Amino acid sequence: MICFFEKIGKKTLASFSKLGRATFFLIQVIKACLSVFLRPKLLLAQLYSIGVLSFMIITISGLFVGMVLGLQGFYILSDFGAEETLGLMVAASLVRELGPVISALLFAGRAGSALTAEIGLMKTTEQLSGMEMMAVDPIKRVIAPRFLAGFISMPILTTLFSSIGVIGGQIVGVIILGVDEGSYWSQMQANIDFQGDIINGVIKSIVFGVVISWIALFEGYDTIPTSEGVSRATTRTVVNSAFAILGLDFILTALMFGDI
Amino acid sequence: MEVSNKKDQNLVSIENLTFYRGNRKIFDDISLNFQRGKVTAIMGPSGTGKTTLLKLIGGQLVPDRGTVLVDNKNVHQLTRAELFILRKRMGMLFQSGALLTDINVFDNVAFPIREHTKISESMIRTIVLMKLESVGLRGASKLMPNELSGGMARRIALARAISLDPMMIMYDEPFSGQDPISLGTLVKLIKELNSALKITSIIVSHDVQDTARIADYIYVLSGGKIVGEGTPDQLKNDSSKFVKQFFKGEADGPVQFHYPAKDYHQDIFES
Ligand SMILES: Nc1ncnc2c1ncn2[C@@H]1O[C@H](COP(=O)(O)OP(=O)(O)OP(=O)(O)O)[C@@H](O)[C@H]1O
Ligand SMILES: [Mg+2]
Repeated sequence: MICFFEKIGKKTLASFSKLGRATFFLIQVIKACLSVFLRPKLLLAQLYSIGVLSFMIITISGLFVGMVLGLQGFYILSDFGAEETLGLMVAASLVRELGPVISALLFAGRAGSALTAEIGLMKTTEQLSGMEMMAVDPIKRVIAPRFLAGFISMPILTTLFSSIGVIGGQIVGVIILGVDEGSYWSQMQANIDFQGDIINGVIKSIVFGVVISWIALFEGYDTIPTSEGVSRATTRTVVNSAFAILGLDFILTALMFGDI
Repeated sequence: MEVSNKKDQNLVSIENLTFYRGNRKIFDDISLNFQRGKVTAIMGPSGTGKTTLLKLIGGQLVPDRGTVLVDNKNVHQLTRAELFILRKRMGMLFQSGALLTDINVFDNVAFPIREHTKISESMIRTIVLMKLESVGLRGASKLMPNELSGGMARRIALARAISLDPMMIMYDEPFSGQDPISLGTLVKLIKELNSALKITSIIVSHDVQDTARIADYIYVLSGGKIVGEGTPDQLKNDSSKFVKQFFKGEADGPVQFHYPAKDYHQDIFES
């Protein structure tokens, strides 16, 4: 029994100390971000491997999610004879929720896990400590450009996801199921609010981008330098990112759209 | 006057250093001096903390007690910026090489130059090729680190460590994994760097013969203590049991070959 409580105590202490290290890490990274702008090449390389290489998965998923929304939306709305509002339904669901959340989940799986594995391996093979001994700060040279790239990529990828999704909805709703094209777009234009919907969606995606990059980079940097350590850290990145995204999404939605 | 002279003679001096890993005492109140322009070797059985000692000198680990002075500066009291300025003048050859795996050999050697200077690319090319030539691997400049053997990787790492012409170099096991020919070249190179450029060298090794060939002074570490020190000739004739055992390579003696453990028979028959 005592053993049980001792374990709980130890776990709690460990997670608090990890949270402390993670916070300290984030502060260091943010401070180092300024220096990245002096070396745009480093940032560009990361924008490519983190952002551009995620385009494919985001585009394809966005298309399918939009098509499913078109299909489901049509069946429900047509029961009420409200098919013309299909465009609004598809766009609102994408811009407010599905766009930011699903792109963030995909991003965590595609780019976040890769970041953790990369940084973790660099630590395991002493590349990070080698850099330190060469008087090169790994936080500035390696971590900060990746963090900034994640921060910049996420809103762009989310926008891409939602836009492609709207087109997917149109393909199914208008082209296949025969909803009137004019009303698909006009309902959307009339009722999607720039401030309330689009900006809020973008804010969500920026928050998710920061959180995913933070978790992924910290897990890699804090990994136990063995192959098992790296594999565990990679798993933790995906799992913790998913929790963080879904939890934060609820909080953000409540703050933005709810009357709480 | 006397004192300051003596201080200036030592590029690195370690005083009353104690260091723990968890509850294990790795160093127990040891003091070592590394003279300017000399080759000093640290020898000792595997796992005594030779790599740890280099990391303490480089400021990557912090001692529990004692001080480490490099060029009369207390490494562990410098700010990060000051430490980095000092490290630009310290080369370190990691036991594993620690090459950056996403760029090729040439870029690895050019890495510190590009990070710390504004030298033009054509000049960098010349410097890098010269450094690679000196470790005999100019032909490998386009290879990626995963295409190198362990011994080659370590020589590339050496070329990288000397790319900024440091005032001192710490070599962690430079000889292991080298064939007799490249080993000879390495020994010669370390000697040349030392005599021509007056680079202070600290060599960590457990290779008695090769180290004795180039070292001016040797410290033998074991069990957290210095168990012997002196010039190679002095140590060869040292009467202490520790040093004799180490230089003759005997398993039995005061230096434990085994990592501390409970009794062998007891351990095996316990279950
Ligand atoms: N990160 C670490 N955490 C805990 N203990 C460690 C760590 N790194 C090394 N040690 C311990 O410190 C001791 C000294 O390690 P070190 O790597 O300095 O040995 P070494 O003298 O360089 O050995 P070798 O000749 O095999 O390279 C070892 O016994 C090891 O168990
Ligand atoms: Mg070692």
